[in-house]
Amino acid sequence: MAGTARPRRRLCNCYLMPTQCLPATGAPTSAMSHRSFIWICLLPLVLVTVAFFVLPMAQLVAVGADGPRGAGAYLAILTEPRYRATLINTVLLATATTIATLMIATIAGLFLQRHRFPGRAVLIAMLTFPLAFPGVVVGFLIILLAGRQGLIGAITLALAGEKIVFAYSIFGLFLGYLYFSIPRVILTIMAAVQKLDRGLEEAARSLGASPWAVQRDVVLPALVPAFVASGAIAFATAMGAFGTAFTLATNIDVLPMLIYTEFTLAANFAISAALSIGLGVIAWAILALARSMTGGTVAAAG
Amino acid sequence: MNAITGHGAAVHIIDCGKTFPDGTQALAPASLDIIAGETLVLLGPSGCGKTTMLRIIAGLETPDAGGRILFDDTDVTAIPIEQRHVGMVFQSYALFPNMTVAENIGYGLKIRGVGKADRAARIAEMVALTNIGGLENRRIDQLSGGQRQRVALARAVAVRPRVLLLDEPLTALDASLRDRLRSELNRLLRSLGITAIYVTHDQAEAMELGDRIVVMRKGAIAQIGTPRDVYFQPQNRFVAEFVGAANIVEGPIAQGRLSLPGGWLALSDAADAAAAVAMIRPETIGLVAEGGASLCGTVESVSFIGDRQRVIVTGAASKPLTIDAPNGINVEIGQRVGLSVASAAVRVLPKED
Ligand SMILES: Nc1ncnc2c1ncn2[C@@H]1O[C@H](COP(=O)(O)OP(=O)(O)OP(=O)(O)O)[C@@H](O)[C@H]1O
Ligand SMILES: [Mg+2]
Repeated sequence: MAGTARPRRRLCNCYLMPTQCLPATGAPTSAMSHRSFIWICLLPLVLVTVAFFVLPMAQLVAVGADGPRGAGAYLAILTEPRYRATLINTVLLATATTIATLMIATIAGLFLQRHRFPGRAVLIAMLTFPLAFPGVVVGFLIILLAGRQGLIGAITLALAGEKIVFAYSIFGLFLGYLYFSIPRVILTIMAAVQKLDRGLEEAARSLGASPWAVQRDVVLPALVPAFVASGAIAFATAMGAFGTAFTLATNIDVLPMLIYTEFTLAANFAISAALSIGLGVIAWAILALARSMTGGTVAAAG
Repeated sequence: MNAITGHGAAVHIIDCGKTFPDGTQALAPASLDIIAGETLVLLGPSGCGKTTMLRIIAGLETPDAGGRILFDDTDVTAIPIEQRHVGMVFQSYALFPNMTVAENIGYGLKIRGVGKADRAARIAEMVALTNIGGLENRRIDQLSGGQRQRVALARAVAVRPRVLLLDEPLTALDASLRDRLRSELNRLLRSLGITAIYVTHDQAEAMELGDRIVVMRKGAIAQIGTPRDVYFQPQNRFVAEFVGAANIVEGPIAQGRLSLPGGWLALSDAADAAAAVAMIRPETIGLVAEGGASLCGTVESVSFIGDRQRVIVTGAASKPLTIDAPNGINVEIGQRVGLSVASAAVRVLPKED
């Protein structure tokens, strides 16, 4: 796949370069001013990059290596059992969230895009309503649903005589992240489904493929770029989301919470910096992997 | 063993119409019998319902209540496309982008549970038949338009369909490639002996490929016949003008003669009429000396086309007549000429409103 997508990008570049680099027609001086114009436009980007990205990141890296353990702090996030467990927890939770989100959103997105029924617009609006909710609100909703005074608790108490409460466990957090990711992923999947060529499905059927085989052999493969794009974003979000974890967390160890406690409560700057870098590297590596798997089409599909 | 020939089914279309949910009547109820092994062309202008008819036969659309489709003697109206055993070639080719050429061709066989070895043999056979040797492991986006067309055809034929359905398979190609592939396709369809239904809006394509042509207009069948029938004996003005070039002349008929402003034409047999419409093909009009000719006119323009010259003559009929004359004769603009037309070449058309 990578091999087929790259040439297309290169073509794109060839197409763009001449228009950008050609001196403007007219007096030779206008060529000069054209170039300096580009530089002037570039300046804010350079300043912003340096001020808000390069400097703080460099500082963060330096702080991480500046504690009592020195650069060993970076090693500690892997060797220290508590840190390592948290790291693994977080990655597992983010992976589970991503997989569950993709499965639910794919089925829902396919259905919503392919069927017209009364109330469809309302349903889509409802599904995407939580897009703007901050993590705190999502956490709040989970508590309302599965907390000590929650709906599920009340129902299970009435039915089975036992109150089921999971809002404060890792499962509550999982549910919160699902709630958070599904609207985003559904929108991406719906857009991708809309672009599918119906002719491909008809061709597969004409060759004898059952509806299931059509999904397996034609529809799902065509949606892979959308899966990778939206899955990578769901994963990164679940790795770093703090508001929900903070609202729910009484006994959950995930990386953002650990960074928070190390930073504010233990004033352990070096470890929190090292953990932050670790978090960033993992999320970034997943995005990069996803990109390379689809030959750089992730951005385009997302 | 070569089992790729002689497995076509006869197709019977009985009272099949199609009205879409939005109220568009794409097809008025029509009946049509397609003989096993023949190539039938559905020809007509854009929007006349060709694709709709093809999709009904394929099973991608259901006909309106009362319509039925039979393959040989089996009623397939309620059978979905995946069980009808048809092959389809789409205008967009609809090749699977996530599979190689060989995987595309073998897909229908794989779905039907054909074993790996048999599949490979069949794929090789199809590759040879459609002239795409060496491309087996390419991805679809690494193929040219003509190559894609061949792969689409190979994929559709690989499963030995009972009926092959082709929806404007050559339209997306440029003119010279289209001509070449057209004769290749013709040879292939003949050698396969398969029942084929071919949709096109190109009358040259229809003439070359069709054993019979169904000319369609606004959701209805305007005429069914062999290419010769449709060309020489159009049943109405629409068919006359849509299939090939046609001169349409109007005038009264009396005593076997059609009177025109520039004289008269003899008719082979025709009832008297106060106002009749007739068709004459450009290549059936001969240029002769003015003296003694029953119909005369003035040369308005001459264009040399190579294998012939196109002469426009005014004054003979109420509208200028187009004549395809041999490229050797000498005519000049402004010259008075006589026109000779064999009586059999003048086709009187039914009056339309
Ligand atoms: N799904 C649909 N819903 C409503 N109307 C439709 C639908 N599909 C086709 N039509 C209409 O039915 C008529 C016939 O369409 P059809 O596609 O069969 O034409 P066609 O002869 O294949 O034309 P073309 O040569 O342009 O492909 C057209 O007026 C078209 O707009
Ligand atoms: Mg069509």
